[in-house]
Amino acid sequence: MQKENVLTRRDLLARSMGVAGAFTLGGSFIAATDAAWALEVKHLQPRTMATLVQMARDIYPHDSIGDEFYAIAVKGYDTPEQAPGIEEGIAMLDGMSGGGYLDIGWEADRNAVLRRVQDTEFFQMIRGGLVVGLYNQKEVWPIFGYEGESFSKGGYMDRGFNDINWL
Amino acid sequence: MAAPFDKSDDSVVVVIGTGAGGGVLAGELAVKGINVVALEAGGRYLPEDYVNDEWDSFAQLAWTDARTTSGNWRVSRDFSGLPAWIVKAVGGTTVHWAGASLRFQEHEFRVRSEYGNIPGANLLDWPLTLQELEPYYDRAEKNLGVTRTHGIPGLPGSNNYLVFEAGAKALGYKNVHTGRMAINSEDYDGRLACQQTGFCFQGCKWGAKWSSGYVDIPRGEATGNLEVREHAHAARIEHNSEGKVTGVTYFDKDGNEHRQRARLVCVAGNSFESPRLLLNSASAMFPDGLANSSGQVGKNYMRHMTGSVYGIFDKPVRMWRGTTMAGIVTDEARNDPSRGFVGGYEMETLALGIPFMAAFLNPGAWGREFTTALDSYENMAGMWLVGEDMPQETNQISLSPDTKDQWGLPVVNVHFSDHANDIAMRNHAYRQGKAIYEAVGATRTMPTPPYPSTHNLGTNRMSEKAHEGVVNKWGQSHDISNLFVSDGSQFTTGGAENPTLTIVALAFRQADHIAEEMSRGAL
Repeated sequence: MQKENVLTRRDLLARSMGVAGAFTLGGSFIAATDAAWALEVKHLQPRTMATLVQMARDIYPHDSIGDEFYAIAVKGYDTPEQAPGIEEGIAMLDGMSGGGYLDIGWEADRNAVLRRVQDTEFFQMIRGGLVVGLYNQKEVWPIFGYEGESFSKGGYMDRGFNDINWL
Repeated sequence: MAAPFDKSDDSVVVVIGTGAGGGVLAGELAVKGINVVALEAGGRYLPEDYVNDEWDSFAQLAWTDARTTSGNWRVSRDFSGLPAWIVKAVGGTTVHWAGASLRFQEHEFRVRSEYGNIPGANLLDWPLTLQELEPYYDRAEKNLGVTRTHGIPGLPGSNNYLVFEAGAKALGYKNVHTGRMAINSEDYDGRLACQQTGFCFQGCKWGAKWSSGYVDIPRGEATGNLEVREHAHAARIEHNSEGKVTGVTYFDKDGNEHRQRARLVCVAGNSFESPRLLLNSASAMFPDGLANSSGQVGKNYMRHMTGSVYGIFDKPVRMWRGTTMAGIVTDEARNDPSRGFVGGYEMETLALGIPFMAAFLNPGAWGREFTTALDSYENMAGMWLVGEDMPQETNQISLSPDTKDQWGLPVVNVHFSDHANDIAMRNHAYRQGKAIYEAVGATRTMPTPPYPSTHNLGTNRMSEKAHEGVVNKWGQSHDISNLFVSDGSQFTTGGAENPTLTIVALAFRQADHIAEEMSRGAL
């Protein structure tokens, strides 16, 4: 709820478009191995962004939510202003990991690293930003079953507001 | 046609704020033929403007001007700059509220007598009784169109309610129903019936939920006796050498300062802004702020004992479908000290969308304990717990020594720590809420901490004696006869019930009193 962490819908849309356009823009990419998505980075090192995406998933792990949504949620840090702080934060995380955070195979072991840094400003900035940056993406709502806006459909009066059948 | 009044016209009543208190008062005074200028810090948004989107709506409606916090309440840690979740707009928090419209119980007007001396609590009996307020509760219920009163049928039960009802009845609770709600179960007062859309907190796009912003304010404006000035942020209340208030200075949206002269001033900016305005109006004659000879302005801040319980089931609930608050259990609202605390609490269903659930379920939490709960969002039911909290003199609104708002005015610091009675009540309520869901097969329950406060009360409290409070039984300042407080800050104690209906009833009563006093030349 801290203001600096609140992303607007416009921010999110801009980020979504950034992802969609990545293939045609050239430059540095990080990409899923199956090339289902890719993300161009302009100011962060690709490995830094990849680590940030993994960190985001480890903070709010949802096995049915694809990496691209985590990438959208952290893409906003790829700016000239934010990149140095992110590089520094990820370097700290790598240092705490005894080399590379991405090289730790099990989530439980990565969690142990995150617990050691959870009171840092860096961790709290990433976590706080994700609360809105991840969960306010309209595209992830259906994964949770959430239906979003309903006024234009006339509400739920005739669409199941009391359709529970197992009580 | 709204009447424009001259800023030098000192015959007008100035009402500051247009929510449940100020909006109803301004409309009612205008209907009585009294000229009113209402100053509203926010803009005007009507049903067609509201958005079915939690964060976008928050950006549109919420009061997000700077505030600071202290004390051991968790809100101060998780939402340090947002102690309250209230609205800055014509209609105030009646745009956002869920609609629960409950009368106080008889004993809740005299809790000092009923509960005795509770260490650490600054309890006081109200200087008025339920019997005195009953006719005004009737008027308020008719004005709001409250279901299950005056022959208005109840709302149908949603999925979230049906789970709650089944669990509550299995547990043996008797008083379980879809609530007394200011949400139309059928067309009423020219407004449509509820379509179970959800998003009640984001402003009702059907206008089915009562709000002073589109009921009482336009009714007042239609008389030609009410002018509402939007984006008018009150800065100071001025007075003369006789100690009577003479007008209000305010900033418009461009930062220009204006002065509206006044015959009398009614403050209704909620329990943060009302004491802030009185304190910011300190002068040589009133060095501790206006109406503050008792030293009680800003003190005894109450926010209700609150918390939530969410239950997860092995099958879908889809709690977001339908009204945000869909039903109530009132059995625990009684005063029964054998439970380990005085006062009582209500259990009311509540649903949040995914964006707000992520923000409020367990602020600061991360990892799978948190995310597996959200993974079961579709199978989740939710309730809010709301009960009487103890007024404590140390829980207070004060002026920040170093933080100023965009107009250069000191903002409020909100200091709050739970009383032991509040904690005992919350723990009891968590246990009962969990038991309700477990009685219908919940596989997991979650005791969720309080959200930023929506029920902000008590910071200009009513008292019989002038040295024990700020205003008398009419909301009139003990110190300054033409200065009134017209919002929830005048509550002496909070009761277990959602406060809006009582704020509205007090506003109608105050309007009658002001009109009578003006007509006999006393004001």
